[in-house]
Amino acid sequence: MSHDHDHDHETPSGPALRAEALEALLLEKGLLDPAEVDTVIANYGERVGPLNGARVVARAWTDEAYRQRLLADGTAAAAELGIVGGPGGQMERLVVVENGPAVHNVVVCTLCSCYPWALLGLPPRWYKDPAYRSRVVREPRAVLREFGLEVPAEKALKVWDSSAEVRYLVLPERPEGTQGFSEEQLMALVPREAMIGVALVSEPQGEAA
Amino acid sequence: MASQKSSDARLQLGTEVAPPTENGELVFEAPWEARIFAMAHHLCDAGLYSWDDFRDALIAEIAQWDAAHPAGEGYVYYERFQAALEALLVNRGLFAAGALEAETAKLAARPHGHDHP
Repeated sequence: MSHDHDHDHETPSGPALRAEALEALLLEKGLLDPAEVDTVIANYGERVGPLNGARVVARAWTDEAYRQRLLADGTAAAAELGIVGGPGGQMERLVVVENGPAVHNVVVCTLCSCYPWALLGLPPRWYKDPAYRSRVVREPRAVLREFGLEVPAEKALKVWDSSAEVRYLVLPERPEGTQGFSEEQLMALVPREAMIGVALVSEPQGEAA
Repeated sequence: MASQKSSDARLQLGTEVAPPTENGELVFEAPWEARIFAMAHHLCDAGLYSWDDFRDALIAEIAQWDAAHPAGEGYVYYERFQAALEALLVNRGLFAAGALEAETAKLAARPHGHDHP
């Protein structure tokens, strides 16, 4: 597998050139193995995604005892399904917050980009943007409205800031029309956005069961 | 395949609702972003610093940028990420502050490199 493809995309400009220079320096000092860099990219860019989070949610919807364990200790309950943190201990303390008729939860990291990677993959661009980081705390209802999610005024809205040692996962409400669905069928309904709290899980389209 | 969303608008919220997928949605907007991310992780795995150390450096870089750009225009997360990594490596004495600039200049001077702003 070749990894000497640095130069043949486009002309590197500012940041790309600087990244290339940094990599060259680290290589020169023997601190970096380019193959290892490729492995990390493959792991995070492709293999890790929101599927693990969807698996946790689907299990909680179908197994009441699991749901309770998940809410009591998210890290341990995720580990039950073989989901453990990678570098950075992004799963050391996972707190799962449950949506319901009276409360909606939404997650942010106001200071940087903390996020439960092992469950959701890398965060989407908007999650890291200054606009989301600052606004969702000040005016969460307005921000969620921009996502197409209207949270009724009588429903409490809780914003969880990940910037401590804690990572949050939202356990969305199970939609109507999913009685008898298997875990796999349920998983396919759960978008990443619902586990951050900027969307709901939609009812399945058409006849599925 | 869904087409990639353009990301010109600063607050382009709610336009991408991605179903769970195993194989690769776009998490990096350019190859260098992926490489800088991977470098930071690899060096952490190698024990050069802890991820908490890196996160502290990242928080500092982001806070500095946020303070200088109250409107949030032109934010590129991985530029902050790279600045944090550079600061951390310089602090650890792994290379001199000017070394990166020198290397960048060297690369920019390559015959086929017609750099533009």
